[in-house]
Amino acid sequence: MRAFAELYAAFDRSTATSAKLAALRRWLAAADSGDAAWGVHLLAGARLSRVLAPAQLKRLAAESAGLPDWLVDECHAHVGDLAETVALLAVAANPDPDHAPAAGLADWVRRIVRLRTVDEHQRAAIVRGWIEALGPSERFVLLKLLTGALRVGVSRGLVVRAIAEHAGLPPARVAERLAGDWSPSAAAFDALVAPDETAAADTARPVPFCLASGLDQPVEALGERDAWLAEWKWDGIRAQIVRGTAGAWLWSRGDEALDGRFPEIEQAARAMPPGVVLDGELLAWRGDGPLPFARLQRRVNRRRPGATLLAECPVRFLAYDLLREHDRDLRAQPLRDRRARLERLLADAPPAIGLSPILAAEDWAGLRALRETARAHGVEGLMLKRLDSSYRPGRRRGDWWKWKLDPLTVDAVLVYAQAGRGRRAGLHTDYTFALWDRDALLPVAKAYSGLDDAEIVRLDRWIRAHTVERFGPVRRVEPVQVFELAFEGVQRSSRHRSGIAVRFPRILRWRHDKPAAEADRLETLRAIAGGG
Amino acid sequence: MALIEMTAAGLYCRAGDFHIDPWRPVPCAVLTHAHADHARAGSARYIAASEGLELLRLRLGSLAPIEGRAYGERFDLGSARVSLHPAGHILGSAQVRIEADGEVWVVTGDYKRDPDPTCAPFEPVRCDVLVTEATFALPVYRWPPAERVALEVLAWWDACVRERIPAVLCCYALGKAQRLLAELARLTDRPVHLHGAMAALVDAYRQAGVPMLPTRPVSDAPRGRDFAGELILAPPSAAGTPWMRRFRDASLGFASGWMQVRGHRRRRGYDLGFVLSDHADWPGLLATVHDSGARRVLAMHGDADAFVRHLRESGIDAAALRSDFARDEGSA
Repeated sequence: MRAFAELYAAFDRSTATSAKLAALRRWLAAADSGDAAWGVHLLAGARLSRVLAPAQLKRLAAESAGLPDWLVDECHAHVGDLAETVALLAVAANPDPDHAPAAGLADWVRRIVRLRTVDEHQRAAIVRGWIEALGPSERFVLLKLLTGALRVGVSRGLVVRAIAEHAGLPPARVAERLAGDWSPSAAAFDALVAPDETAAADTARPVPFCLASGLDQPVEALGERDAWLAEWKWDGIRAQIVRGTAGAWLWSRGDEALDGRFPEIEQAARAMPPGVVLDGELLAWRGDGPLPFARLQRRVNRRRPGATLLAECPVRFLAYDLLREHDRDLRAQPLRDRRARLERLLADAPPAIGLSPILAAEDWAGLRALRETARAHGVEGLMLKRLDSSYRPGRRRGDWWKWKLDPLTVDAVLVYAQAGRGRRAGLHTDYTFALWDRDALLPVAKAYSGLDDAEIVRLDRWIRAHTVERFGPVRRVEPVQVFELAFEGVQRSSRHRSGIAVRFPRILRWRHDKPAAEADRLETLRAIAGGG
Repeated sequence: MALIEMTAAGLYCRAGDFHIDPWRPVPCAVLTHAHADHARAGSARYIAASEGLELLRLRLGSLAPIEGRAYGERFDLGSARVSLHPAGHILGSAQVRIEADGEVWVVTGDYKRDPDPTCAPFEPVRCDVLVTEATFALPVYRWPPAERVALEVLAWWDACVRERIPAVLCCYALGKAQRLLAELARLTDRPVHLHGAMAALVDAYRQAGVPMLPTRPVSDAPRGRDFAGELILAPPSAAGTPWMRRFRDASLGFASGWMQVRGHRRRRGYDLGFVLSDHADWPGLLATVHDSGARRVLAMHGDADAFVRHLRESGIDAAALRSDFARDEGSA
């Protein structure tokens, strides 16, 4: 694990892509296949299933360091990362890292997995023994493995590129082999880097997704309207249906298998001929329109939905692209042709799988007018796709554009703040905002982003100096600062004290010019949410 | 009655009618050290440890009315008996011991307990009430030995030599820069390049007899000089300015206690952080409280709430003292 900890440290200290790539290649060249398999898997975002709850890890740190639990919590709030906090607090039983147990990454993963066979007390004791014996960098990486994803600022694309360069393969080929639920083992890594001809196509796996960019120019700059296909931009989950010979699988954009969650879609997919990959959107759907995203969320959370949930939150898959048919890869063909095939394929598909309709407006002005009606249609705006474009993996500008509706905005008052995590550790960057309801401020939204670094530092100073009350890591501040918030939608919600829930709230700007008394009122949002 | 109270101008001793590190002009100011947020111009009279006089003149002007006192020398101000004791923070840094009305108070100023070749070591002083800094007052702050950090700096410098790129190390111009130069002088004799803001301060340390690596001002280098493989010290404020452009492809490091936490380093965009602080770490703060024998502790700077609660739970009367000192992360 020393080598992997060094790789982690190299990522951690460099912001340059070239340096990260070089470090990855050095590590790949030296690692054995088993360690490389796990490293690739974890760097690409996989996580091990949890063996200790965060509270148990904190307890462990408290016992190792001889500190009360509340002080460990204070440290956690300050450091903003649980693994790092425990690594910093635990004492070193054996400060000489050369005497630490030497084992490779795959060995460590096996040890962690084996922990599941012992009871929780023993687990904590074993983990404490490991941590106290390891040197600082390995200790930190081990704790990262125990607490979830590594999140080290390496994109999946970069991992793919490094493997591709290491193996002498085209990156697209590596991405394909890694897509889906790639399972790490020495054999799987050897197959990943094997020369092209030996790789067997796995028809259960999704194809790397093509991603859209936000339209940041006047739509007229895209040229002729006729060169573009326009659709609604659905507010659902981007997904692919893979219909193979052995069955049908549903994959989200994060390469997460959605098996079992959406049985009606899987059943409908099995009615299609094998050898098909559809790209589209999963939506909660009733009658002829989508339901709010929160409904879909309920389905995502439930691995095996019961009859009640199936009835309350019906879903539908709206296809907008056909990437494979009769086991033939169609991605190099122009969208125009893929769309025509898609329409023929779905002509008599069951209603659970539908076509994302094409918007027929003749010119840009007509589309602009349609876009204004997006909210009423329950969608986020429009998608514009170049009709002669091939389907290319990743976010490449030029072929797919999101033309979203302008966000809704309100001026809200900052009422609570909490320290952030990661690179925002130690700064108060998790904000809660409130609107006026009669003469009281009612929290309506939490937002984490939208301020620049200088503003964050200034606001942090202000928060520290104007804290009225503290509840653990949360500070209640004087209701003085007003911020303009943007969000994508408003819904009625019985789970929120304000009775409404906003979607994707973020800060647009700090309204130094506006006194808190002039911030917006809750009625404004209620009116937008509608529904009585 | 409290011997020292917090006023609009800063810490004030009524019995002696003087302020400590005031942030406004006052009739009499006792200074703990020469950092800009502690030594401010405009007061009518200054008293400080003799070792730090040169540095204070650089800060306050050569004509500033500063009186030097030897460490441990007792002198009277009003009805208070005052003495200065080494704080181990930077050259000439002092704790202020005040005795009046049968009580002893100590104001530590900024201090550290770790050895530092550039200044006299911290001296524990017994007192009834301890006013301590609490910049790094959480148990996650435990400093590695400075010799080990110096080895890390050298290893990074050597790596930059191999990669043929400049190594730019950001650190506070007063104290940290000289400590680094002195720690590194035990390991190598290669020259180091200095940002203009540091040259006079390094000279003052040299005149005080502190052995350090040879240094050259960056401004002396001819136009277009290649700094590949060279170590350059610069204040944190230089990062991101046009001055940095001459160090193409440089690796950028930062030496500070804040580098103990990854988030602090990543947020600032440094490639590498070196954990080197001139402040007390958590064990250092607790040791100081213990060594002082104080029955009451007042903590200032930083977010002292956790420290105060911890002391109270250990049976020591403690409170936080709010102050206007800048929380300058670069100085830590």
